[in-house]
Amino acid sequence: MQDNDATKLLEQQVKQAIAEKQPFNIRAGGSKDFIGVVADTVPTVDVSAHRGVVAYEPTELVITARTGTLIHTIKSTLAEHGQMLAFEPPLYTADATIGGTVAAAVSGPSRPYLGGVRDHVLGCRLINGQGHLLKFGGEVMKNVAGYDVTRLMTGAMGTLGLLMDVSLKVVPIAEHEVTLRQELDIHSALTRLQQLAGESPLITAAAWHDGALHIRLAGVENAVSVAASTFGGEKIEANFWSELNNHQHAFFDVDTPLWRLSVPPLTPELDINGATLYDWAGMQRWCFSNENAEKIRATAVAAGGHAQLYKADDKLKRTAGTFHPPSNEIMTLHKNIKNEFDPLGLFNPGRLYAAI
Amino acid sequence: MSQALFSEPQTPLTEEKRIGLIDAFLRVLPDESVLRADEELLPYESDGLAVYQQKPPVVVLPETVEQVQAILKICSREGVPVVARGAGTGLSGGALPLANGIVLGMAKFNQIIDIDEHARTATVQPGVRNLAISEAASDYNLYYAPDPSSQIACTIGGNVAENSGGVHCLKYGLTVHNVLQVTAVTIHGDVITFGGTAPDTPGYDLLGVLHGSEGMLAVTVEIVVKLLPRPATTRLLMAAFDNVDNAGNAVADIIGSGIIPAGLEMMDNPAIIAAEAFAQCGYPTDAEALFLCELDGTEEEVSDQMAKVEKIIARHNVTKLHLAKDETERMMLWKGRKSAFPAVGRLSPDYYCIDGTIPRRHLSTVLQKMAEWSEDYKLRIANVFHAGDGNLHPLILFDANIPGELERTEELGGKILELCVEVGGTITGEHGVGMEKINQMCVQFDANEITQFHALKNAFDPDALLNPGKAIPTLNRCAEFGALHVHHGELPHSDLERF
Repeated sequence: MQDNDATKLLEQQVKQAIAEKQPFNIRAGGSKDFIGVVADTVPTVDVSAHRGVVAYEPTELVITARTGTLIHTIKSTLAEHGQMLAFEPPLYTADATIGGTVAAAVSGPSRPYLGGVRDHVLGCRLINGQGHLLKFGGEVMKNVAGYDVTRLMTGAMGTLGLLMDVSLKVVPIAEHEVTLRQELDIHSALTRLQQLAGESPLITAAAWHDGALHIRLAGVENAVSVAASTFGGEKIEANFWSELNNHQHAFFDVDTPLWRLSVPPLTPELDINGATLYDWAGMQRWCFSNENAEKIRATAVAAGGHAQLYKADDKLKRTAGTFHPPSNEIMTLHKNIKNEFDPLGLFNPGRLYAAI
Repeated sequence: MSQALFSEPQTPLTEEKRIGLIDAFLRVLPDESVLRADEELLPYESDGLAVYQQKPPVVVLPETVEQVQAILKICSREGVPVVARGAGTGLSGGALPLANGIVLGMAKFNQIIDIDEHARTATVQPGVRNLAISEAASDYNLYYAPDPSSQIACTIGGNVAENSGGVHCLKYGLTVHNVLQVTAVTIHGDVITFGGTAPDTPGYDLLGVLHGSEGMLAVTVEIVVKLLPRPATTRLLMAAFDNVDNAGNAVADIIGSGIIPAGLEMMDNPAIIAAEAFAQCGYPTDAEALFLCELDGTEEEVSDQMAKVEKIIARHNVTKLHLAKDETERMMLWKGRKSAFPAVGRLSPDYYCIDGTIPRRHLSTVLQKMAEWSEDYKLRIANVFHAGDGNLHPLILFDANIPGELERTEELGGKILELCVEVGGTITGEHGVGMEKINQMCVQFDANEITQFHALKNAFDPDALLNPGKAIPTLNRCAEFGALHVHHGELPHSDLERF
């Protein structure tokens, strides 16, 4: 599809929704429709036609794109100059867009090593609940003028405003990369990962699945070869990571509620029944489990983390909630902030939490 | 909507109110923690931006979280503004006291609570100095990455409030990228933990919002930072040029080639001369521009990339290329750069440090324009530049004893910041807005954006008691500032919406 600036049209749609006090869902490619609870009784504002790279300056390491721009387009634009998005956005379908990626703050296997979406956002434009088009942050790495509204929008699931475009920091693609697989039980793997993280700056992904630790090393060829020989194990194809990231790996072919557990480093195995894949050096765990939602959440909290019901049928999502509920004080702040950005409650009602 | 939006604060506290407050504080704090005599208050009348001064009516120095809660509850109840303060090294007047409010000094929160060498985190109190964290972590071969030049004195609590950078942030990020969790007390006295050591805290990224919020949302009482393993190898290259364009192009080429240096610092001729005179570090004083390029990582990585960097630089008419031969020389070359501010300070009775960020490709235009203005205003300017990330620090040399010179300096500084915005940059990269750049906020943001900032503050601090009047201007102030500039016939962005 052609580049297209739909700002005017989208502003009009928001203004109309304000006039009619009509809440709506925001949708672009729809690849993340399953994340959160989508209100089924309200209309949808489609931002997928608002697309195109607005600015890209390889020597400044910054790209700005409209929210409906496909991740594919951004990746190929960057790759022409040997660059990439460090946080490896997942492509649950080929229609994934940069707007959805930022709104949902979803990051790939490199997250613990190169940072997540929130570590790479620099600026954005958005339409708030008064229908005003606002610009925050910018296209430079260092910017402390005003509060960091761009980070606030990152992961807000579109509940605070309609994102129009985002500016992101980009990084060079490493000259060389290798993925290694080593048979190891989960306990030894977690210990080994912790030790490696302190030793090698070249690791850019680490996951445990099916009795084996998988590690990706990236950097200049010579350095990667030296590190690979120290680590040992067999070399395997790099597509292990994209299959894992995009949930296309065979592990994900299960029709059971999928939980995403996020826990501190060094967290041992948790007492939750169900097949588990450990990514992010053990800090992100994908777990197919039929256990009670409260028990799963309590187990994650006891370990210092949290649990998100990532994929499940609507009924379970609505009763159990999807995103991990915050403390009462934090929830109060959420409600206050929502009210300051979207007093009429127009944007993505209930998508993040039922109360906002 | 925030109460501060249309009114400027500051009717000084009445003596009766001041005495009542002191009594209330003495009920929750020991006597020596409530400073109220003139000689005790004087050291707090300014922060690192000493041209702005205001004696606070009271300074409190709590040492427990419970005391901070009690103080904030008193202030909340009495409607008294609170200015939180760390070491007072801030360069934008963020910790400038208010005539109608107290200073909440966090200096007694100076303990490193825990270093977890396996999880590679440090749990610290906000009054711990930035450098002290790395020193304490060095036993485990770990360090805390953000290194503002004031790291020997500035505190981590202040770093969070300003989202401080440093010379290594292109590769290692700013404070916000290196802090995992902040525990803070709200104006109502509630203790809240933001973020955590598990990645991606659910819900809004409030931890991100606290960074750079200049003490206007909550008062930080504990911080968990990320520690990094010390790189196996670090090497520093100095490159000198006979014009700034060549230096700028070399920097763009290095980054465009896929190399992210750990540090990339540029200086112009006046800054080079000042630093060399101060530190005798071996800078070529005839160079028009010079940069230091530091690479770190594994031995193989650094050797490989250093060879590439040298080749790239050679293509840009470099006049001197020198690789620090050992650690002593590396530290020496850094010393020149890190002492650039005091070095320039010796050239002139006073200097004024600017903190704009620009897209690097506009460096030459911006420097050219500044050179012209320097002539017009008859004020010398020396430039140090975090070249990797576009953060420019022009230092304007002036003499505050010459009537009108400070005002001319401030005006020139304001013009430079407005130029930064015009080329697509920002008025502050790492020093914060504080009091200093509050007028330029009206240039960078329109009325709706400023209103949204106040609204966000309102979500945390509905009575606008935390550091009111700083960082975010009132719309009235913007209107007055706009009028002032119309009067001088040089209103930038004349299409900007104003009240």
